[in-house]
Amino acid sequence: MSSIPRFWRNMKSRYNLIGKRCTRCGEIYFPPRNFCSNCRRRGELEEVQHSGKGEVVSYTVIRTPPEGFERQAPYVMALVKLDEGVMVTTQIVDVSPEEVEIGMRVESVFRKIQEDGEAGLIYYGFKFRPAKEE
Amino acid sequence: MKRVAVIGVGLTKFGELWETSFSQLFVEAGAMAINDAGIDGSDIDALYVGNMSGGRFVDQEHISCLIADHAGLTPIPATRVEAACASGGLAIRQGVMSILSGFHDVVVVGGVEKMTDVVTEKTTQTLATASDSEWEAFMGMTFPGLYALIARRHMHEYGTTREQLAMVSVKNHENAMHNPYAQFHSKITVEDVLRSPLVADPLRLLDCSPITDGAACVVLASEEKAREFVDNPVYITGSGQASSTIALHDRKKITVTDATVNAAKEAYARAKREPRDIQVAEVHDAFTIGEILAIEGLGFVEIGKGGKATEEGETAIGGRIPVNTSGGLKAKGHPVGATGVAQVVEIVLQLRGEAGKRQVDADVGLTHNVGGSGGTAVVHILEK
Amino acid sequence: MKVGITGYGVYIPRYRIKVEEIARVWGGNAEVIKASLKIAEKAVPALDEDAATIAVEAARNALKRAQIDAKKLGAIYVGSESHPYVVKPTATIVAAAIQATPDLTAADYEFACKAGTAGVQTCMGLVASGMIEYGLAIGADTAQGAPGDPLEYTAAAGGAAFVIGRDKLVASIEATYSYTTDTPDFWRREGQAYPRHGGRFTGLPAYFKHVYSAAHGLMAQLGLEPKDFDYAVFHQPNGKFPRVVAKKLGFTSEQVEPGILVDRIGNTYSGSSLLGFAKVLDIAKPGDRILITSFGSGAGSDAFAVVVEDAIEEKRSLAPGVEDFIARKEYIDYATYVKLRKKIKV
Repeated sequence: MSSIPRFWRNMKSRYNLIGKRCTRCGEIYFPPRNFCSNCRRRGELEEVQHSGKGEVVSYTVIRTPPEGFERQAPYVMALVKLDEGVMVTTQIVDVSPEEVEIGMRVESVFRKIQEDGEAGLIYYGFKFRPAKEE
Repeated sequence: MKRVAVIGVGLTKFGELWETSFSQLFVEAGAMAINDAGIDGSDIDALYVGNMSGGRFVDQEHISCLIADHAGLTPIPATRVEAACASGGLAIRQGVMSILSGFHDVVVVGGVEKMTDVVTEKTTQTLATASDSEWEAFMGMTFPGLYALIARRHMHEYGTTREQLAMVSVKNHENAMHNPYAQFHSKITVEDVLRSPLVADPLRLLDCSPITDGAACVVLASEEKAREFVDNPVYITGSGQASSTIALHDRKKITVTDATVNAAKEAYARAKREPRDIQVAEVHDAFTIGEILAIEGLGFVEIGKGGKATEEGETAIGGRIPVNTSGGLKAKGHPVGATGVAQVVEIVLQLRGEAGKRQVDADVGLTHNVGGSGGTAVVHILEK
Repeated sequence: MKVGITGYGVYIPRYRIKVEEIARVWGGNAEVIKASLKIAEKAVPALDEDAATIAVEAARNALKRAQIDAKKLGAIYVGSESHPYVVKPTATIVAAAIQATPDLTAADYEFACKAGTAGVQTCMGLVASGMIEYGLAIGADTAQGAPGDPLEYTAAAGGAAFVIGRDKLVASIEATYSYTTDTPDFWRREGQAYPRHGGRFTGLPAYFKHVYSAAHGLMAQLGLEPKDFDYAVFHQPNGKFPRVVAKKLGFTSEQVEPGILVDRIGNTYSGSSLLGFAKVLDIAKPGDRILITSFGSGAGSDAFAVVVEDAIEEKRSLAPGVEDFIARKEYIDYATYVKLRKKIKV
């Protein structure tokens, strides 16, 4: 059985893209941290909500999946740069691999990330899909 | 910095070694190194072992104790060093530092990994622990996936081509033909690479280093003590190590391994050397793109020009700067914890003139070992 | 003070499978099936979608229209017959995903396809009594039909969410009336993958009796007749039943057709009548009166009389409409369908 507290602790960030911003230097951390790498002890961190909009910086198609992702393969994984500045590792959904491009605008959706087998917990969180034209 | 001598080297064959256990691997490599050094067990002051995950591969932690015990070296101090795929390189640096500090005169530094005792899925899961467990691996990312992201971006930013990546693999397989310890002795072509199954687009099977069992070992000694044992030691004249973000998504620029750049900077400074002084190098080609990143980050070629340099044969045996004469991680094999030490073994053999058919003419060599997608890098410079 | 809908939102997954494709595998006559069930294709969830993800997406859209801080929600109820867990509520997953926690009550409902409307009624009571300021009721499902069973043609996925409150209403609820009996037309035992049903018994003694009685009972209570309504929305297990019961009650096709979507997305179970309701809200004018009647096997119907308010005009465009979701589609074949619906043992 996979760890329960470890993934419960991250829910806020996984469900709602909530990170932290250092009020002293402005650096944003997502996932959130308790310690600003720039200001260290002098840093002050407050919660910050991301809009869920961003663009694809790079992407790949995973064809040899890790345990738990076999049914989904092949699937698109990408580095998405959120509009607020940080980058996340995430799956791109609702699109075929050929349609993904560097620079593509994307928006966050709420999906199942993985589950701890048939009897274990289901872990939900963010993924991204192509954004509708604005 | 003051020089540290390498007075003995040893390694096992790299491959799927079904008959050999974890501890047997190290003992075999260690015995060979001690023999090569012409020392006695009682001459050894300390032991450093690089190993990524004895715990997940063979359910064994407390590796340092296990190795010291099975090598018959107790009660000397034994220390296990871990930084994913850079474990071996870090162990070398720890050994170097222990001698330069004056704590020890003769130390054995080895690296070992036994990866085939578990099924492939478990192996890939374990390798993923080198990435960010909760925010990369958890999301469905794999190790090849991370390097694939870098490869695609590198192709986008610098025009590196699929064929150029393939040429890294072709070259390294060619080199390994002359390395009796290598896992693969098979020549391949660019077409072979491009036809091999996709693992994580654009990387294919033949872009990726294999799963390997193996161990490598060196005996280090202070310059003064070395003279008691050998006439012409090879010296470690520079050492650099740097850390960076664990997750690729937190790197400032994913196409430049800043840990490599920083580690190299320190190594060159300590050795009072520049990139153009290096005449042979063993770099971290866990994936073909890794070698491109390495030769750029180490300063052998301009950033972005790594693909072209490979295509033009600059890194082949006979080229301007031969890279991975051993066959690299791709063709020699990549027993994770052992790799960093095996790289030192190769450069020592090259500088001694004992590299057989893959020999190049070199007085100054370099080893480059990376952990994860670039969270750790360690560089050593060696000279005759 | 009026109680009604402050905001509404929906979600329908992208994948579609056509009746022809299912019929091809099971040797059915597609034309006959399409004519009798009056359905062309149905919505299929992706591997990473379930009733919880659908509920969250619908809820987020509802909040976009409601324009309230989620922390003001005093209650969340999710009705489904495909909750991801048998024990562990979908409602708390939704609550966390829309940042409504921790000052609220929550629970999951099950009453086959009327679990969502049961949630609406509960929220109405809590709001009207002043116990809470706003409530959120959701009907969402990723229904399963056994391979080769007629239900396979219609069992689909989708959901709708409604924020119930007293102000900023897009529509006020005049009244609700329910008709409930113990009628075993369709059920699923614990541990069973697929439901069972009584074939033709699911018609007259179940669907028709309860829908007719609830709708008729509500109109009698309010002293209204079919002509007093602009739209009538019914639970849609297929394209035939809602049209037959509408005619029986005295509604015209102009009143019923706008709320029908089963022909293009299938039966979304707890989402069915609520999605039909949302589809009508997407086009209704202030002052329009809508009748909504759900049906849940086991069995019962909840009927609502709703009057559209002025705020619909400005709030409607704040989130995607039902037609936007219907239009967004990608067809899959039967093999992909059974892989996605995990009907293949691995």
